[in-house]
Amino acid sequence: MLGAHAVLLECSHLWAGEHQAEVSPVCSPQVIEAEQRSSKRWELTPEGKEIVQEGSHEARVFDSIPAEGLPQSELMKLPSGKVGFSKAMSNKWVRLDKNADGGPRVFRAVESVQDSVREKLQLVQQGEAESLEEKDRNELKKRKLLMEVIIKTYWIRKGSAFSTTVTKQETDLTPEMLASGSWRDLKFKAYNFEALGIMPESGHLHPLLKVRTQFRQIFLEMGFTEMPTNNFIESSFWNFDALFQPQQHPARDQHDTFFLQDPAEATDFPMDYLKRVKKIHSQGGYGSQGYKYDWKLEEARKNILRTHTTAVSARMLYRLAQQKFTPAKYFSIDRVFRNETLDATHLAEFHQIEGVVADYGLTLGDLMGTLREFFTKLGISQLRFKPAYNPYTEPSMEVFSYHRGLQKWVEVGNSGIFRPEMLLPMGLPEGVSVIAWGLSLERPTMIKYGINNIRELVGHKVNLQMVYDGPLCRLDS
Amino acid sequence: MPTVSVKRELLFQALGRRYTDEEFDELCFQFGLELDEITSEKDIISKEQGGGKAEGASDIILYKIDVPANRYDLLCLEGLVRGLQVFKERIKAPRYKRIMPANGGVQRLIITEETAQVRPHAVAAVLRNITFSKDRYDSFIDLQEKLHQNICRKRALVAIGTHDLDTISGPFTYTARPPSEIRFKPLNQSKEYTASEIMDLYRTDSQLKHYLHIIENKPLYPVIYDSNGVVLSMPPIINGNHTKITLNTRNVFVECTATDITKAKIVLDILVTMFSEYCEKQFTVEAAEVTYHNGRTCIYPELAYRREKVKPDLINKKIGISEKPSSLAKLLTRMCLKSHVTGSGNNIEIEIPPTRADIIHACDIIEDAAIAYGYNNIQMTIPKTYTIANQFPLNKLTELLRQDLAAAGFTEALTFALCSQEDIADKLGVDISSTKAVHIANPKTAEFQVARTSLLPGLLKTIAANRKMPLPLKLFEISDIVIKDSTKDVGARNQRNLCAIYYNKNPGFEVIHGLLDRVMQLLAVPPSKASGYLIRAAEDSAFFPGRCAEIFAKGQSIGKLGVFHPDVITKFELTMPCSALEINIEPFL
Repeated sequence: MLGAHAVLLECSHLWAGEHQAEVSPVCSPQVIEAEQRSSKRWELTPEGKEIVQEGSHEARVFDSIPAEGLPQSELMKLPSGKVGFSKAMSNKWVRLDKNADGGPRVFRAVESVQDSVREKLQLVQQGEAESLEEKDRNELKKRKLLMEVIIKTYWIRKGSAFSTTVTKQETDLTPEMLASGSWRDLKFKAYNFEALGIMPESGHLHPLLKVRTQFRQIFLEMGFTEMPTNNFIESSFWNFDALFQPQQHPARDQHDTFFLQDPAEATDFPMDYLKRVKKIHSQGGYGSQGYKYDWKLEEARKNILRTHTTAVSARMLYRLAQQKFTPAKYFSIDRVFRNETLDATHLAEFHQIEGVVADYGLTLGDLMGTLREFFTKLGISQLRFKPAYNPYTEPSMEVFSYHRGLQKWVEVGNSGIFRPEMLLPMGLPEGVSVIAWGLSLERPTMIKYGINNIRELVGHKVNLQMVYDGPLCRLDS
Repeated sequence: MPTVSVKRELLFQALGRRYTDEEFDELCFQFGLELDEITSEKDIISKEQGGGKAEGASDIILYKIDVPANRYDLLCLEGLVRGLQVFKERIKAPRYKRIMPANGGVQRLIITEETAQVRPHAVAAVLRNITFSKDRYDSFIDLQEKLHQNICRKRALVAIGTHDLDTISGPFTYTARPPSEIRFKPLNQSKEYTASEIMDLYRTDSQLKHYLHIIENKPLYPVIYDSNGVVLSMPPIINGNHTKITLNTRNVFVECTATDITKAKIVLDILVTMFSEYCEKQFTVEAAEVTYHNGRTCIYPELAYRREKVKPDLINKKIGISEKPSSLAKLLTRMCLKSHVTGSGNNIEIEIPPTRADIIHACDIIEDAAIAYGYNNIQMTIPKTYTIANQFPLNKLTELLRQDLAAAGFTEALTFALCSQEDIADKLGVDISSTKAVHIANPKTAEFQVARTSLLPGLLKTIAANRKMPLPLKLFEISDIVIKDSTKDVGARNQRNLCAIYYNKNPGFEVIHGLLDRVMQLLAVPPSKASGYLIRAAEDSAFFPGRCAEIFAKGQSIGKLGVFHPDVITKFELTMPCSALEINIEPFL
């Protein structure tokens, strides 16, 4: 039955489906070897076959028009009317007299016609499709008269384990085989190592929070203490005024910040400190000109959803200033809120990562060195610093890193040294500098995992498959 | 961050040399600017309105440059070029001078008492014998627009009016009148309107409609007249057509009206310092006299130069460099801060020009020294600060629990802290007034009406968005909810909740109950009435009657678990039974 070579038509069902599907012993590679080949053939469609018998639609239209012509409306009722008429018109076989009595009328425009479509299809039917020009074939294919059929064939030959006797093979080891020792004499079916295993049932951590864990780890490795950022609601005072951000600053606009209706206002402030903040804004002091405007308590009282975790840093630094100064390193990673226009990379809430160091005599070089160590732990080694403006840091620098994929420098964070107008009213000693930097958690995560739409990562529209399939988060590899 | 767009050719001409795009980008980077985009009018139009509309538009190359928000002196070509040329030491910073007119006929602006309620301040100056060209004129108009959008806070704080002085005659009066009594032909209009009609006219104007609210509800509108009753402007809305500036205008009267006098002075200084470059006597500005109704008289523009002293040692120490005092003075001079070493070399005296209102403290001077030195030339160092790290206990507990909830076969979700009222109330079968929810005053959409008071809606919505996934779906989240709390300074506080949900063809109460038992096991809380945890039948509109229990631990109620009420399932667009658990984890700290 199986000669040296045999052609098996339609054998493909043997290989259908996943590779996990059981392969019949006869077709397992050791018994026989199969090689897939495919060839193409042109065939007529049912409509094509009809044309070979009856003639093309346009020829049938031509034939149906008597010498005195035919009203167009009647012609259209014919089975080939619609298609045939427009083809016959474009072939200039017929003409249309729109002004004829009793409505538009169609007349023959030539004596006789040659039905080349039918002739070409006949060639195909005779298996001579190759003799047609390619453009003709394509034209007929476009008219759905021809179709290209791919025939898959398998060339089968004897395999290395070819045998004409069939021995039943065992699927797998059983406890009985082990007990009886029968496994020694049995033949076992081969495993298909091409197939995938069965995934274990498991729970999964969210990709963004896996990255958060890594950032937390980095800060802890660097000796930074975590700030209590579990207060989404903040007063404008701590979010803006304490940071020397003037009350007319655009960030304090309705368009950028979520204000609260209830509870609308904060009630309790450290009043001595608040007075010093008021003074630094409206009159200056501590060597500063101030902003020279009418600072209003009502503005400072307004409750908002915090726009940055730096509001918490301000609370922490104020607390630090109320005791005998000891150096401090703080960090936080938590949610912040902006009433901004939303797009594929911006949501109304995102996670801010922030690092703060307070000590005597810190320099801009110290800030850059700290940033270098921090970003090195993220696997980012090439850094560049650009002068920038932040209301509460001076000097300020944007941090850029070279992105090999994009082949350009991209901004990866913002940083600076907190202004004396922010620190001195808190009561921190004059020689103390506070360096700080911040970045978003979402952006590096999106870059890391190649996610373009932030909604697939954060929020309820998350793609759970993405969560299931996510790899470990190792930022430095 | 404001973006200034300048013609590349014009820029290179003014800089006196050509740059490749890369070279110019690099120069911007060092100086703290950002070459944001290289484009042309044609590109911009075809991007915004489609290719067809761009036909015939100019394809002259434009540089769009991002300028730091506090550098008003870099908001036009003139200022950018001046800043960069001084930075590269190709020119010295000009010295701006206020001069009184030779004939003694100083222009006067009188402020009447009526302005006090609507827009109490005004400043003024004259640009004498100025020569405009098309490009200069465009830049002049552009700068006013940039100032309006930024420091002027969309004209709310300051509004600028510029007028052809030769079409009017002083003294000028800045007053406020009822809208019905103000009547003039607004800029580029062909007929006269009353102030009320003008407001209607501009209600649909894409630009001006944004400024109407500033005065709309005031009984009196601000207005400036000349001595013949010609209207110069009705700030902050529109100028009169009569005083319109053309390319042939030789003398410009500048007025700025304001609610913030400090900002008005800065805006006036910036505008006149930038464009006095084109006056016959370069960098001079003719003074104007402003008289308040109480008789107080001020001369503007102030064009004040302020002197500061900073110790070289301080500059070096703050940056982390060790430059000689003389080279620090040189660095600062390159930033338009003319400086020299004084005394025995232990002080640098710095002159802050009227263009640099952003310099308000020594730290601003130190930053400029660092920029001129080159941020990327500074030696990086690691601070010697020694500290011991501590985790925030609540976050530490959260991190530990997350790991073990995943190990228990549940998948972590991350949902929004903000949601609609419907999510936390109607859909869970409770009235919004019975929640202790924090309400947002200015949400742009319903998605941001309240801060969540429960993690349940977020998880239910996550399931709804993933209905095509194979069952069962087992999700959890440990995150903060927000509730009103009058004992807090801001009247609200966060609470860290643990929430888990099971979605399958059967309700799976036992699965969720089992998870609770596992969580308690992890927290080393035994099932016991006395000192452990227990659950007790309870009623909750979110859950199916008889299928809900309250969870008690540490002697208090910490949450609930149960099978969702079919109404809840339907309202969240789900089709399968579903059970859930939500507890406060803070008692376990």
